[in-house]
Amino acid sequence: MHPALQGLLTIIIGVGGCVGYFYGSNQLLDKVICPPTGSNAGRNINRANIIRPWLFILPAILALGLYLAYPVFETFRLSITERLPRGESKFVGLDNYRQMFSEDKFWEALKNNILWLIVVPALSTAFGLLAAQLSDRVRWGNIAKSIIFMPMAISFVGAAVIWKLVYDTRPIEQDQIGALNALYLFFGGTEPNTWLTIPFWNNFFLMIVLVWIQTGFAMVILSAALRGIPEETIEAAIIDGANSFQIFFKIKVPQIAGTIVVVWTTITIIVLKVFDIVFAMTNGQWNTQVLANYMYAKLFTANDWGVGSASAMIIMLLVTPILIWNVRNARKEMR
Amino acid sequence: MSNIAGTKSSLTWAVHLSLAALVLLWLFPTAGLLISSFRTADQISTSGWWKSLVSSEQNQTLRTAPGSEQIELDGKFFVEGNLFEGQKEAMISAWGTSSKAIADYKPGDVAILKKGGTVTVAANGDYRLENTEALKGKRGIRIFTTATRPPEFTISNYGHVLFEESASDSMAKAFFNTMTVTIPATIIPILIAAFAAYALAWMDFPGRALMIAAVVGLLVVPLQLALIPLLKFHNQIGIGKGYVGVWLAHTGFGLPMAIYLLRNYMVGLPRDIIENARVDGATEFQIFNKIIIPLSFPALASFAIFQFLWTWNDLLVSLVFLIDSSGETTVMTKRIVEMLGTRGGNWEILATSAFVSIAVPLLVFFSMQKYLVRGLLAGSVK
Repeated sequence: MHPALQGLLTIIIGVGGCVGYFYGSNQLLDKVICPPTGSNAGRNINRANIIRPWLFILPAILALGLYLAYPVFETFRLSITERLPRGESKFVGLDNYRQMFSEDKFWEALKNNILWLIVVPALSTAFGLLAAQLSDRVRWGNIAKSIIFMPMAISFVGAAVIWKLVYDTRPIEQDQIGALNALYLFFGGTEPNTWLTIPFWNNFFLMIVLVWIQTGFAMVILSAALRGIPEETIEAAIIDGANSFQIFFKIKVPQIAGTIVVVWTTITIIVLKVFDIVFAMTNGQWNTQVLANYMYAKLFTANDWGVGSASAMIIMLLVTPILIWNVRNARKEMR
Repeated sequence: MSNIAGTKSSLTWAVHLSLAALVLLWLFPTAGLLISSFRTADQISTSGWWKSLVSSEQNQTLRTAPGSEQIELDGKFFVEGNLFEGQKEAMISAWGTSSKAIADYKPGDVAILKKGGTVTVAANGDYRLENTEALKGKRGIRIFTTATRPPEFTISNYGHVLFEESASDSMAKAFFNTMTVTIPATIIPILIAAFAAYALAWMDFPGRALMIAAVVGLLVVPLQLALIPLLKFHNQIGIGKGYVGVWLAHTGFGLPMAIYLLRNYMVGLPRDIIENARVDGATEFQIFNKIIIPLSFPALASFAIFQFLWTWNDLLVSLVFLIDSSGETTVMTKRIVEMLGTRGGNWEILATSAFVSIAVPLLVFFSMQKYLVRGLLAGSVK
């Protein structure tokens, strides 16, 4: 069958199935199982009201349980077993972890990931804050915001191509077509660099891509927060003779500190999952490996499910503090 | 805000300038790719894209027609023609007949050739060779020119990438595959999430708070953990790698965000409307259909855009759950990554392909930006 037709059919089956399930199960409940008529009308209405929420939420619970919760436990199980032929597996304790810790590539990935975790959220938030503050003060601010926000819509792969062109290198005797090398030579560089192969610094050239994408997100959230600051506090500061910088750093920033933390943690999570950029631009060569790409290489190139799952658990471990913090905040808010 | 009471900040100019710098910096890389996609392979590899916007000055070595095309007139031999034959027009500012002195003559000057005879070149490239003896040699005389060319763009790259039949280059198929992945993967989670979000927002049942907490928790679980277990699961139930698998996976991964966003929005709907409806005897299903869904349209739109962008731009999920060894179901992101590997130098193909895949999200972005911003504001965990 043609994929487009198959897609159309899936939409019909999927959507029809969902609607049919919700409609049918509610009808079943109201008309057959607990009809609100007859001698037990009151009891039946109460019963229906107890059951109904579960009808509404059941598909979501199934999907979430199967596609997100179960894999966490299964991945943990895989990380402490070894795959044997014929689909069997053997418990090996922490052997996979031990093997992973003995690999240089893993430590390289971990070190790089920590570097990413420091640099990307910090730069994105800083640029986002700068863009938000500046664009709120000029008349063409909305256009500026749109442009800075735009990379959010571009795929990591698309961004990788865009930036590969910026980093492109041609032999010295030719015209440079990469903007970075052209600038470098213009400002007195002696010969063009292949930027993505310079160890350590190439990490930063990859990080810039993510900063470029995430700044728009930070800007949008922080801009809304900045506008939410009560005007009295700023008026008071102006009357007291504060200058623009003092107003910004001592009045505005402290009042949006909570939002800054939210932006920071959200970007942190995105950084932990970053895969496409490294995969497309260097695939972890020249000391640019990161955990997510290391994991992918282990799982699907080396076909080593044990070590791959172990490295996935490391990513999970790094996410966990943020997970707990988020859940606690959400619960606090609900009370 | 800081300009109250007519105190115009002295920093206004600094603000304008720094914002302009920031905007240009952010626009520059994308502009480079977009412009490159409208240039020919030769142009891309010989000069930076920023030079294509203005008339560029180029040095070229060209040849006159060979001696076999000479005309004899009154005992003299002539060869006439245009140096730029078969090329785009250009304006010559200087020329020469030796590689050591490529700019000795102005257009219209007459140069005396070493082999005897004279040559003259006009600004538009017309030349005239003159000699008293017959010209020999199979090849013409070399002329070194310095010429300015006007900007020149082409859409042939797009034709090549989209309509060329050869399977290795065709983005058209990948485009439709991406679409096939994206549309069901956007619609199905919305439906499931809307019902769940309504239950979590407006129905009372034991374990509700726990479930909301679970959704917030699952929001940050990296999907990397799900790859192997789910691939195993898909193989066990017999759907293997394919569209069904990728649709299910996207649905599962998109749900926490969908439920969280929609629940946050629905909780904010006015209590009166819902309770009045209940008092009037509406069933929960009717309330959901006739009140909640229409009122939640902005939140539904926000999530739809998110999920669309996310599934359209996705690489990892498609790599794992969709693309098998036959390559028939490849998506655009995967094609581009392959091209980066095998045709890293073919910028005209790469740039054009990348732009084909970027165009749709950008269109969605610019037309529905309002909803995207709203969704971001509601979706970031406070």
